[in-house]
Amino acid sequence: MTTPYYVGPEQVMKDRADYARKGIARGRSVIVMQVDCGILFVAENPSRALHKVSEIYDRIGFAAVGKYNEFELLRVAGIRLADLRGYAYDRRDVAGRALANAYAQTLGSVFTTEQKPYEVEIIVAEVGDESSLDQIYRLTYDGSVADEQGFAAMGGSADAISARLTEGWRAGLTLKEGLALAVKSLEGGERVITGEMLEVAVLDRARVSRRKFHRLFNSTLDSLLAK
Amino acid sequence: MNGLDARFFESVGTSFADFVLKISPDLLPRPHSIEAPHGTTIVALSYQGGVLMAGDRRATMGNLIASRDIEKVFVADEYSVVGIAGTAGLAVELVKLFQVELEHYEKIEGSSLSLDGKANRLASLIRGNLPLAMQGLAVVPLFAGFDPDSNIGRIFSYDVTGGRYEESSFHAVGSGSIFARGALKKIYQETFTREESILASLAALYDAADDDSATGGPDLARNIYPLIITVSREGAVKVGDEEVERLSRQLVESRTLRPDGPKAELI
Repeated sequence: MTTPYYVGPEQVMKDRADYARKGIARGRSVIVMQVDCGILFVAENPSRALHKVSEIYDRIGFAAVGKYNEFELLRVAGIRLADLRGYAYDRRDVAGRALANAYAQTLGSVFTTEQKPYEVEIIVAEVGDESSLDQIYRLTYDGSVADEQGFAAMGGSADAISARLTEGWRAGLTLKEGLALAVKSLEGGERVITGEMLEVAVLDRARVSRRKFHRLFNSTLDSLLAK
Repeated sequence: MNGLDARFFESVGTSFADFVLKISPDLLPRPHSIEAPHGTTIVALSYQGGVLMAGDRRATMGNLIASRDIEKVFVADEYSVVGIAGTAGLAVELVKLFQVELEHYEKIEGSSLSLDGKANRLASLIRGNLPLAMQGLAVVPLFAGFDPDSNIGRIFSYDVTGGRYEESSFHAVGSGSIFARGALKKIYQETFTREESILASLAALYDAADDDSATGGPDLARNIYPLIITVSREGAVKVGDEEVERLSRQLVESRTLRPDGPKAELI
């Protein structure tokens, strides 16, 4: 009889984390940033149909990087959680924090109990009535949650992008300035990124509709990108 | 644990109603009492470049007036509107479910349902209410929307079994609908502008209130007027209180001179 190799729990967790990190590092990046009118989402994504950024609820948006089928599953489950809660109680009772918690629990338990962790990193952002109430939660593959201040970047070269954002970001950027900073940070001085290569959306607190999330594309986006 | 319920990952459809039925059926519209308030007359008519829906503001319970300012016409989503006659409590819940149903689909799929798709979803929600309709708790909606594909306003009516019928030009539901429809039959014109169609809907509701005790007329003393929502390329918009008040007063004034309304040619 052969004795199975003993692998210590530290090693198991480390292997899983490395596996997830590798998967995430392969993808392109997403930036979520506070601007004066609300929260801006900028993803490098040439597809018009497979979204990396999406609406969850009236004031809540979602952004993800990594394996599409896995974050899509999380996105749909999040919409279901939000719609069910809003239907059962009231629309105002749907909060970004509760959603971030639910995602954290799920990611955490998948990381420890499933065959392989989800190779995803997600952001749940909620726009408030004023900018001090805006919230950006960043969740990693193991279920850790970080309450980000001002901006967050995830994906392939997240660290380099974050460094550029730290340099350029300040409170009260306009939408146009924020977008320019995001594009510059994604480009990193090496490439040129045009409107067709971007998926851009904003949670705009000034919108009259109760649904604050809307996408920017075509001419609207081009005019914002124009120098 | 407080994580996402495992069942949230199971079902694959995009229907919120089916999802609620599976997860928490107790949240679906259910009657609390058989003696429940009733909503009454809703009219819808299409005009150049859009469609509108108007409802009176009365709810009745037997011979009593349960509410003078109930709202029975609702924006369903950006390009559609739904009005409900029948058991008020159930109707309002059904509308709420329908609104989430449309938004849920839109968020999950990334695009809206077609107008026909929306009309069909409403039909199946009504069908789900059939057992209650058999107990006398019927809900009969009227659905209208702007179809961006064909650039026109369209109107759909339903029966309690969920049968769906597309109406041309105008339609009315509820206890006063016979009178409202009769009025519209005489005054409706396809060339109506937005304002003319608002006046026509107010006139039809006035005639319904004139002959049906369960339909409320314009309440000048309390400033309560019909609720009107228009749907056009610009989306579904509630007609402002001031405009409805002005047109209602104009209508009442003309009816003081001629209580039965405009006179039509014999043939």
